[in-house]
Amino acid sequence: MTRLNLLLLALAVACALGAVTAQHRSRVLFVELEREQAAARQLEDDWGRLQLEQSTWAMHQRIETVASQRLRMRVPPASRVQIIDPASVVGEGAR
Amino acid sequence: MSPDTHPHLSLKLPVWRTRLVLFFLVLAFGGLAVRAGVLQGMERGRLQAQGEMRYGRVLEMPAHRGMITDRHGEPLAVSTPVESVALSPSKFDITAEQRVQLARTLDVAPAEMDRRVEAGRKGFVYLKRHVPPEVAARVMQLGVPGVLSQREHRRYYPSGDVLAHVLGFTDVDDRGREGVELAYQDWLAGVPGSRRVIQDRRGRVIEDVASVRAPRQGRDLALSIDLKLQYLAYRELKNAVVTHRAKAGSVVVLDVGTGEVLALVNFPTYNPNNRSHYETGRARNRALVDLFEPGSTLKPFTVAAALDAGLYRPESVIDTTGGALTVGRHTIRDVHPAHMLTVSQVIQRSSNVGTARMALALPPKQLWQVLSESGFGTVPRMGFPGEARGSLRDPRVWKPIEQATMSYGHGISVSLMQLARAYTIFCGDGELMPLTLLRRAEPVAGVPVIAPATARAMRDMLQLVTQAGGTAPKAQVAGYHVAGKTGTAHKLVNGRYAPDRYAASFVGFAPATDPRLIVAVVIDEPSAGQHYGGQVAAPVAASVLSGALRVLAVPPDQPLPRTPMPEVLVDVAEEV
Repeated sequence: MTRLNLLLLALAVACALGAVTAQHRSRVLFVELEREQAAARQLEDDWGRLQLEQSTWAMHQRIETVASQRLRMRVPPASRVQIIDPASVVGEGAR
Repeated sequence: MSPDTHPHLSLKLPVWRTRLVLFFLVLAFGGLAVRAGVLQGMERGRLQAQGEMRYGRVLEMPAHRGMITDRHGEPLAVSTPVESVALSPSKFDITAEQRVQLARTLDVAPAEMDRRVEAGRKGFVYLKRHVPPEVAARVMQLGVPGVLSQREHRRYYPSGDVLAHVLGFTDVDDRGREGVELAYQDWLAGVPGSRRVIQDRRGRVIEDVASVRAPRQGRDLALSIDLKLQYLAYRELKNAVVTHRAKAGSVVVLDVGTGEVLALVNFPTYNPNNRSHYETGRARNRALVDLFEPGSTLKPFTVAAALDAGLYRPESVIDTTGGALTVGRHTIRDVHPAHMLTVSQVIQRSSNVGTARMALALPPKQLWQVLSESGFGTVPRMGFPGEARGSLRDPRVWKPIEQATMSYGHGISVSLMQLARAYTIFCGDGELMPLTLLRRAEPVAGVPVIAPATARAMRDMLQLVTQAGGTAPKAQVAGYHVAGKTGTAHKLVNGRYAPDRYAASFVGFAPATDPRLIVAVVIDEPSAGQHYGGQVAAPVAASVLSGALRVLAVPPDQPLPRTPMPEVLVDVAEEV
């Protein structure tokens, strides 16, 4: 009888320790999850900000000014543009 | 050794003393038991909640507003996090020195900062909203008691004034107030959620107890606008308005096949990122909200109604009676008088008399039907707030003179968007396309208005307008056939036509043989000498079309005079 009781006591202590460990680990993992989620949010914010920055740099107004003034580019007049039909080019290449 | 023998223990005490002690002991235990019962049984819920309050917190889970993009995914409206610095009304004592520091860091006038801090004694007050996160971090480093920083979102519009009227804007609480931001508020807005957590004594979240409400992030929205074309249209319109010293102007570019609005520009405009110079006059989306009398740009609809009724053919000859026609007590006059004109020439030379004669040959109901089915007098229903209906009167009350003037666009009012949409009936098989500001995945079915043969005949006639002898040779685009119609209408001022104020318009489409794009332009009150639609509005349409067709890589439908290409290019081509 006493022996059984001792066995059960040992079992109960082991279970209690197990529960404590599990709880602890769950908290550690949870903190990690929280941190990763915060990082994800931060990255999302950064992504939005970078997109904004990119589109500000890529504004058509700005590109046009840079192209025409700094790089001295211009749109060729229609008379100097030759339109090539891709289908006919492929055909000639095969011949 | 019996107790009786011991002298001390044989002391006789009165029985009541023992009883009294026993009584108090029982009372004390009884009291404890009752108290335990009350706490455990009756006040359990309240106490548990109190306990949880010591370590449990309900945290807000923020949701951001969806992004608006153009048809190719270019961001047009993006929410980025900012901080709002506030003062909580709990016990605080801010010294004069701290106020100066706060004012300097937040870039607020010291007097204004004093006022806000004083207001903070009574309740929650914002010291400054929407500051960059770095600035908020510096404020928090000052360590002023009671000052806290809240995360909020601010909307940025990278395209600035180019697309301001379409997008509209949001207020300081991130709710849409104008334009698409208002129209699609429910779609774009996120709903913040909340969750219950357990925090440790350092305020770190250590356990998620329950998610009270999951946050719903705002959804993204892709518009039909093509940012490249939008910018192109904006640039050309701005040039025209400045050159002709006009009061305002609008341009609409439509995709014929899908009814998508590729560009929608108004000038003057405003910068949605900085609304300190905001005026309602600049913020109006004139192309959708403002009405004008279209003038001659309406003539093709009269002619189409007459052709569709089988009364005329493009080559039928009309007696234009020397450029003047008397209806009742009024006389209609032409700018370029002629005696005889074919129907094609009526369009090409924009003859009021010829159009009026064709209109008078039609029963009012029939003309009304074509105009009404072309979308005049009905709201375009694109989902934009404040779209104008325009006016198209009931045919039963038309007098002959009204029918005649309406045939060339007077006594009827339209928005530029309605006019542009109406021209879709000439571009395909005579069907009116439903318009949209959102990207459409697949082509939609239109509503038939005129016969396909009539639409084809109209395309041929409208091409003559941009050729030599027409009213808009300036609408020509190298490499493409352009069809269209000019309009020059006197503006109504207090119910009378002002002799010196005009609305110059042009609606055109290209390539005329297989239309892809419709461009509609109106310039309001050009005052630099020129005021005809062919002089003021047509060149804008031509430059927009020429750029747009190039950007969209539409193959030309008109042979170009070939210029020899530089040798280098030929060499490269051979190597490939």
